Amino acid sequence: MTIGTSVKRIEDPRLITGKGRYVGDIKLTDQCEAVIVRSPHAHANILRIDTEKAKQLPDVLMVMTGQDLPEDLSPIPMRLAPNEALTKALQFPLAKDKVRYVGEPVVLIVAKSRYKAEDAADLINVIYEPLTPITDVHTAIKSDTIVLHPEIGSNDLFLIHSKKGSVDEELKKCRYILEEDLYVQRHSGIPLETRGLLAVVEENKRLTVYGPTKVVHFNHQILATLLKKDSQDIRCIETDVGGGFGPRGEFYPEDYLIPYAALQLGRPVKWIEDRLEHMVATNHSREQKHHVVVGFDESGRIHALRDEIFVDTGAYIRTHGVTVPVLTQGMFPGPYDFHALEFITHVVATNKTPTGTYRGPGRFEGTFVRERIIDMVAKKLNLDPTVVRERNLIKPEQMPYSNGISALGQVVEYDSGDYPQILDIARSAMDWNHFAKRKALAAAEGKIIGLGFAMFVEKSGLGPWEFCEVEILENGELSCKTGLADVGQGVKTALAQICSDQLGIPYSNVTVIHGDTDVVEKGNGSFATRGTVVGGSAAWYASEALKKKLLQVAGDLMHLPDEDLDIKNQFIIQISSQQKLCPLDLIITECRKQGVELREKYTFSIDHMSYPYGIHAAEVAIDSETGKVKIEKYYIAYDIGRAINPLLVHGQLVGGMAQGLGGALFEELRYDESGQLITGSFMDYLIPSSMEVPEIEIEILENSPSPLNPLGVKGAGEGGTVAVAPAIANAIINALDKYQINITSLPIRPEVIRDAIIKGPVTNEEEQK
Amino acid sequence: MPQSNLKNIALTVNGKEYTAFVEPRMLLSDVLRDELGLTGTHVGCEHGICGACTVIMDGRPVRSCLVYGVQADQAEVSTVEGLADSDGGLHPLQEAFWEKHGLQCGFCTPGMLMSACHFLEQNPNPNREEIREGISGNLCRCTGYQNIVDAVELAAEMISKNKKCDDESSDLQVVQTGRKVNV
Repeated sequence: MTIGTSVKRIEDPRLITGKGRYVGDIKLTDQCEAVIVRSPHAHANILRIDTEKAKQLPDVLMVMTGQDLPEDLSPIPMRLAPNEALTKALQFPLAKDKVRYVGEPVVLIVAKSRYKAEDAADLINVIYEPLTPITDVHTAIKSDTIVLHPEIGSNDLFLIHSKKGSVDEELKKCRYILEEDLYVQRHSGIPLETRGLLAVVEENKRLTVYGPTKVVHFNHQILATLLKKDSQDIRCIETDVGGGFGPRGEFYPEDYLIPYAALQLGRPVKWIEDRLEHMVATNHSREQKHHVVVGFDESGRIHALRDEIFVDTGAYIRTHGVTVPVLTQGMFPGPYDFHALEFITHVVATNKTPTGTYRGPGRFEGTFVRERIIDMVAKKLNLDPTVVRERNLIKPEQMPYSNGISALGQVVEYDSGDYPQILDIARSAMDWNHFAKRKALAAAEGKIIGLGFAMFVEKSGLGPWEFCEVEILENGELSCKTGLADVGQGVKTALAQICSDQLGIPYSNVTVIHGDTDVVEKGNGSFATRGTVVGGSAAWYASEALKKKLLQVAGDLMHLPDEDLDIKNQFIIQISSQQKLCPLDLIITECRKQGVELREKYTFSIDHMSYPYGIHAAEVAIDSETGKVKIEKYYIAYDIGRAINPLLVHGQLVGGMAQGLGGALFEELRYDESGQLITGSFMDYLIPSSMEVPEIEIEILENSPSPLNPLGVKGAGEGGTVAVAPAIANAIINALDKYQINITSLPIRPEVIRDAIIKGPVTNEEEQK
Repeated sequence: MPQSNLKNIALTVNGKEYTAFVEPRMLLSDVLRDELGLTGTHVGCEHGICGACTVIMDGRPVRSCLVYGVQADQAEVSTVEGLADSDGGLHPLQEAFWEKHGLQCGFCTPGMLMSACHFLEQNPNPNREEIREGISGNLCRCTGYQNIVDAVELAAEMISKNKKCDDESSDLQVVQTGRKVNV
C-alpha cells in the first residue's frame, strides 16, 4: 500500500542539489533576451513613442510597439468563465493608444543580453498625456467618471445576481438585522520564482516554448490561435516551476510577445520577469468590498443574508474572466444552511493591474466576510460564537446538499461531510470550554489573549476531465504521462503513489511526465485543487486497465481466473490463497513475447466538484502597547476524504496557512490616488518570514470520502489559506471584547488594535450599539 | 551608458577555480548563473530581500544579487552545487530537507540550504526559535517554514551525531487511525 503513506517526494533529489531546471536556467546557443518597457502611468493616452535611439544601440535586435503588432491580432481570451459581454475589456499584448494601469506593456525590446536590453529600454521615450486615474470601485461606477472600456459603456463591467428564496420576505420576519461593510485588500500569490519564457524556432521551423505551466495544453492552443499557426507547429514544454498559487501559468501578454519575437528574429528569445515587474504585471487578486445585510433570531439562527459585492477587477479582463466573482458567490454560504440568500456582484474596472485567481479565490474573501458576520451575530446576542455556528450548520443527514447558488457552471452541491463533528473536534483541540477561565487568569497577569474560530467549505476536483497514459517501459519503469502540471505541489509523487498502488510496484519506479505538448496527448492542467482528484483518478483507472491486461496474461499462463489474481510487491498473487505465484517481471516478459501492448490511456470525466471542509482556530496574545498580534496556537482540522500522502497534505496546509496569514496581517498591493502601486517591492509588500509564521497544528481527517471519484479524495491545496483571516480576526475581537473594535477590513493592522486599547474599555451601553 | 570595459576576474567556486571576463556592473548571481553555468543559485527578487540567491563568499553568506562579480574577484564562493560530496553523497541538510518535506517548488531551497549551512556552523545545537531566526533572511512561499525548521533541527542532530538519515525512515510511515491521519 502506497496510498495513504507519507513517502518522500520523487521530485526532491534534483531540487536539493541545485539540479532543478527552471526556465531561467536554460541557455541556448545564440539566445538573446527581452525586456518590456511598461507604463509608468495608471491612465494615459500614448501620444508618441520614440524608439530610434534604442534601435541605434549596438546589440539591440528588435524594438516593437503596439503599432508593430499584426493588425488582425486578437486580444488574449478568457480561459475560465468566459462571457461575450466581457470580450470588449480584454487585453492586447502591447498597449496601442492608451494605457490603463501602471505596468501595462508598451514596448518590447530584444537585445543580445538582458543588460543591453535594459540599456535600450532607458533610451525609449514615450510621450504620455495623463488622464484621471480611477483607483476605487465606488468612484469608478459614478455616472460622471470616465469609462475605461467605452464599448462596454460603463466601468460596472458585469453584474452577477444570484438568489435562493426571498431575502426581503425573510428579513421582515427577523427580530434582528445586522448591516455591515467589509473589505478584503488586494494581494496575490507572488511565487518566489517570477514568470519567464524561452522561445526558439527549431530547424524544422517549429516553435518551441519553454516556461508555460499550470494549463500548458490550453495555453498551447491560445498561442496557436493568436499566432495563426497550426498547433502541430508549436511545442510547449513545462520546466520546473517556482510556485504557482493561481497567478502563475495563465496566458499573459508576454506569452504571446516572446514567441512572436522569436519567430520574427529566428533566434531564441528569453524573457525573465524581474520582481518589480512581477508586482505590477502578474495578476493581482482578492480586492472586494462587501455590503452585508443579515437577519437572525434570538437563538442566533440566520434566516436571510444579502451581500452586495464590488470586485475591483483592475484595468482589463484577463484569462479568469469572472471566475473569482462567481466563486465568491457560489462558495459564500460555506457550511451553513441559510434559508434565503441573495448576492449582487459588480465586476468593476479600475486603473490597476488586472486580476485573477489566488489560492482559495473567492473563498478567502467570502470566508472572511461570513465568519466575521457569524461572530458579530454572536456578539450582538451575547452568545458563544461556536454555538451560533453549530445552530446554523448543515447537518450530515442533509448531504448531498445544494446551497442554491451556482459556480463555474454548476450548482454548488456539497457531496459529503459532517460539519458539526469537525467543529466539536476543533473546540476540544483548542480547549474552548475552559478558555474563558484561562483568559481571566491571563488578564489577572495583565495579558490579553483571545481565541477565534472560522469554518469553511472548499471546492476541489473541477472537471471536465483529465488524462493519463501509463506504459511499462523496456527498462522496467512505469511511465505515467499526465495532463496535470507540476507547480511544486508534489503532483509527481502523488501520481506515482496512485500508480504504484494499482500495479504493485515501488512508487520510485514511476516516472511522471507532464507539460510537454509533444509527449502528453492532452490535458487540462493543475488549478482549482483538481490535480489529485481528477488527474489522480485518471491515473488510477489507466493503471487499473494496465493491471487487468497483465492479470489476463498471468491468468491464461497459470490457468487461473484473473479475478482471483492481484499484484503485490512486484509479484502476482492469488487473492483467495494470498500466495505469491510468480514475479511480475515474468508476466511483463510474457506480455512482450505475446505482443501485448503494455500501455493504457484513460480520460477521467466528472461533472461535479467535490467539497472538502474544515475549521481554523487561532489563539492570540495582544501586545497592549504596540497592538502586535502574537499567535500562541494555530490549529487546522481539514477533512479531505482521503489523503494520498499525508505529509504532502500537511505541507499544503501549513504552506497555505502562511499565505493566508500574509493576507490576514501583512500583505497588501496598495495604490495611491494617482494609481501608483506603493507596495511594489519586497521591502513594503510583506511576505511572512519564518519569524511571523507560527507552528501550526494540523489534523487531517478522512471521515467524508468523496463519492464522486474512485479514490474518495477531495483536494487539499487551498484549505490552509481560506480561513486564516477570520480565525485571527475573531480571536483578536475575542481578546478585546471589552474594547471598542470591530475588524471589518484586511490586513489587520496593529495600529487599529493599539488605538482601540488606548481608548480604553467601553461601557455596556456603548457596546450595545 | 556603461560601455564595454570588461574586467578579468578569478574566483574559486566550490573548490574549483574559474576565470571570467565580465562587465563591472554584472551581478555575482549573473556571473555564477550565466558565465559559470551554475544555475543552482536562484534569483528571486534582485533587491536583496528574498534570499534565494544566497551563497557563501569568503565564509559569509551574501546575497549574490547585491554583490558585483568584480567584488568576488579572488574570493572563495560556495553554492548549492558544492554541498553534496563529489561522489554525490548528500549533505545532512539536503537529506533532512528531503526527509522532512522541507521544500515544495524548490526555488528558495538552494539559498535556504546555504543560509542554514552557515547558520549550523555558527550554532551547531540550535533550538527551534534560533533556527527560525537563522533562516529569517530567506523567504519561502510554499512551505510555511515549519518543515524547514524540522529539517534544520534534524540536520543539526545528524551532524552532531555524525550519522545519516534513515533511508525510507520508519517514522514517516503513516498509521491510519480511522478518522484521523497522522503525519
